[in-house]
Amino acid sequence: MTLAARDPLASKPVALADLDLREQLRPMDHLDALEAQSIYILREAFARLKKLALLWSLGKDSNVMIWLARKAFFGKVPFPALHVDTGKKFPEMYAFREHYAKEWDLDLRVDPCPPIDSVDPTLPPAARSAARKTEGLKLALAKYGFDGLIAGIRRDEEATRAKERVFSPRGTEGGWDVRDQPPEFWDQFNASPPPGAHLRIHPILHWTEADIWAYTKRENIPIIPLYLAKDGKRYRSLGDQDITFPVASHASSIDEILHELQTTKVPERAGRALDHETEDAFERLRVAGYL
Amino acid sequence: MTIAVPPATLATPNGTTRPLVRIVIVGHVDHGKSTLVGRLLHETGSLPDGKLEMLKAVSARRGMPFEWSFLLDALQTERDQGITIDTTQISFRTRSRDVVLIDAPGHAEFLRNMITGASQADGAVLIIDALEGVRDQTRRHGYLLQLLGIKQVAVVVNKMDRVDFSAERFQSISDEISAHLIGLGVTPTAVIPISARDGDGVAERTANIAWYNGPTVVEALDSLTPSQPLDLLPLRLPVQAIYKFDDRRIVAGRIESGQLQAGDDIVIMPAGKIAKIKSVESWPVTPVAGPQGAGRSVGITLDRELFIERGDVIGHVGAAPRDTRRLRARIFWLHDQPLTAGATLLVRLGTRETRATVVAIEKAVDPGDLASEAATAIKRNHVGEIDLSLAQPVAADPAEDFPRTGRLVIEVGGRIAGGGLVLSVESGQRAATADIVPVESALKPEERAARFRHTGAVLWFTGLPGSGKSTLAKAVERRLFDRGGSPILLDGDTLRAGLNSDLGFTPQDRAENIRRLAEIAAHLAANGHIAIVAAVSPALADRAAARRIAGDRFREIHVATPAEICEQRDPKGHYAKARAGALQNFTGIGQDYQPPTASELVIDTSAQSVAEATDTIESMLARSGVLVDELIDLAAHI
Repeated sequence: MTLAARDPLASKPVALADLDLREQLRPMDHLDALEAQSIYILREAFARLKKLALLWSLGKDSNVMIWLARKAFFGKVPFPALHVDTGKKFPEMYAFREHYAKEWDLDLRVDPCPPIDSVDPTLPPAARSAARKTEGLKLALAKYGFDGLIAGIRRDEEATRAKERVFSPRGTEGGWDVRDQPPEFWDQFNASPPPGAHLRIHPILHWTEADIWAYTKRENIPIIPLYLAKDGKRYRSLGDQDITFPVASHASSIDEILHELQTTKVPERAGRALDHETEDAFERLRVAGYL
Repeated sequence: MTIAVPPATLATPNGTTRPLVRIVIVGHVDHGKSTLVGRLLHETGSLPDGKLEMLKAVSARRGMPFEWSFLLDALQTERDQGITIDTTQISFRTRSRDVVLIDAPGHAEFLRNMITGASQADGAVLIIDALEGVRDQTRRHGYLLQLLGIKQVAVVVNKMDRVDFSAERFQSISDEISAHLIGLGVTPTAVIPISARDGDGVAERTANIAWYNGPTVVEALDSLTPSQPLDLLPLRLPVQAIYKFDDRRIVAGRIESGQLQAGDDIVIMPAGKIAKIKSVESWPVTPVAGPQGAGRSVGITLDRELFIERGDVIGHVGAAPRDTRRLRARIFWLHDQPLTAGATLLVRLGTRETRATVVAIEKAVDPGDLASEAATAIKRNHVGEIDLSLAQPVAADPAEDFPRTGRLVIEVGGRIAGGGLVLSVESGQRAATADIVPVESALKPEERAARFRHTGAVLWFTGLPGSGKSTLAKAVERRLFDRGGSPILLDGDTLRAGLNSDLGFTPQDRAENIRRLAEIAAHLAANGHIAIVAAVSPALADRAAARRIAGDRFREIHVATPAEICEQRDPKGHYAKARAGALQNFTGIGQDYQPPTASELVIDTSAQSVAEATDTIESMLARSGVLVDELIDLAAHI
């Protein structure tokens, strides 16, 4: 405020007293802060990259991400929503995709994954199955020439994801060099992928599972009903049908899910077989370009 | 020994009632950061089912005793080498708040990752091995915390079991680190003796540390406060983008400080354009009423069509950031190649990016031992103070007043290589030319001097309107040309018709007018011509700036004709208009002329003829080495 006196435009200083006369400032709550940060990241990605796509897995996290993109860009998602389809998702997920791609006016691109034979045979079975998605992603990248992929991973999901950057460079083969991640601070992002490489952008990296549900409820974002308990079981995380399993739960509404999350000590991805096969299976997948 | 967190006090997941604090754990490699994090999670009941068993199995598989750090050292290479390579985050709860713990690597090799983690924190825990004591990474991390703006630091002295819980050993480390931190301007909130492996001091004061009366680690975390609200600072809205998805033209950005609402008078810096906020746009409901505060990502529309672009900063009229092309910053450097003076790089300041040159390195310090080094280069993982010259003007604030917008990062080869705080902003300062590689003329100065029989010079005629500057300038031009020289006349009014047509007569515009004249004149002089400038140039400071630009080729000639005579002459009719009130800011009657105190020559055209005055000037040029003919010949002419 001492600056004002030295500024050539300091003809009409804004006194704090004037601000007091204004309508009361609505304080930001936790969800407001998460939302604002994610919008900032999405806008940075859109400003700094040439050809972006948002990876839409149809799950709760990527639905929140699409919602945030609509907020960031005032209703219209200005880049394609890419679904790299293993062909093994639940029918409810495909129905959801068809319905909301229209309702949300998305530029939907569905790209298939190659057959299992083309995937590293040394990976454990579930990880190998999941790795098809990595291969599908590489094919889609080559086909469209995207230089940035927006992905809905979160730090609290899994330990190697906790070490991710918001703007995370990938090599020309799509790989993640975990030993040489660039510094990233003060919301200044490394957004210059070398030719042929791409960036992963993680706008909800700082959210937790509970944040996703609380925000989904507050904003009334549609979800796939598989997340809600039926006959004592529900899915906490949705992947391919053959490698994803429900957890025991009686939470049949978002409120009940939120309550369950306060007390459970079962990790979110407990029902995702690929995480648990060997100590490093997930890291190996991620280094190779998995989400 | 688990902290009982009564379920009734658990937060609602959206956390509206409980503060969220982000804490980074830093310190020298192997002093126990990851172990402390693991212990904290265990003590607060935050570990997921099966995690403890998994850790035991992973440790056993490696034939190691139980390793808490495997919880966070998730990467295979981290577990194999037993060190944390990259930063990670994990959340847990204490009685009064939600905590996000950021584990940062202690190895010097991974300082960039430590900074990545620590930059997101509200407070820090600095961990020190009781046996090893304060080490270079302890000091380095302490220094960087201060540079990252983290003022709340709790110190834990770990592995107290290895020194038999000695109160004396604890006290000596406590004294050393407290002195170090206080020297940096950071007062530790607590210094706590602990054994992270066994749990002493983490959540409980055990019998082993019965002599200690201060808080436990959990209590210390409970007393750290979340980041301060920025709503009460002046408005800063760095522009991220302009969107035209429909018929609205929306200026998008995040409010870094202050607040705004529809109807506010704003100024867009660095161009200084004025507008009014027409609406605050949103989705799905728009527009939104009421003020929007710091931290919100917003979109606004303006009441007029202006050229505005990413990188501009919006402030309120009267409290806007300054525009500058010169910054002084305190930085940390992370790149393999040391930073040297003359280096060209990319600077990011908010959403603005600009090329920049390091004009000077003022200070270079190894924060590990606090030894000052020769200020010629800043090495990797060292800190220093630099003077930056920017290729384009930016809106900037000092970090002291604006913690969010007063910081910058430096990019080399498309990758962040360093960052730091803006110490000072030189308002309206011209950029140093060091960022430009000048193309040298093919001709040597001597070649021109031999042909023109003079060296390059700037003759600066200053004086009241009507004092005779232009007349004298033209006469000198003719005289020099006639003797084979290369004089070039730069008349203030002539240049105002073209090059300087964007400038008015405010003190700022006059200063810029003079700066441009001086730049052109200096360039001509550097190439062997004699630039003859005739300009009122009323301000001492502006002329001093011109002299700085032109250096020792500058010759100031004060045309000190008495004011009454100037007004009687009034060759352009300006005095008459000014007397009639039709000409504002006219020097002579409206503004004060500041006469030179040490000009090379003073000439009164009411007492000398034009020819006599021209002789005097020629003689001065000869005496001061501009004209290279023998003095005798010139004297003969006179």
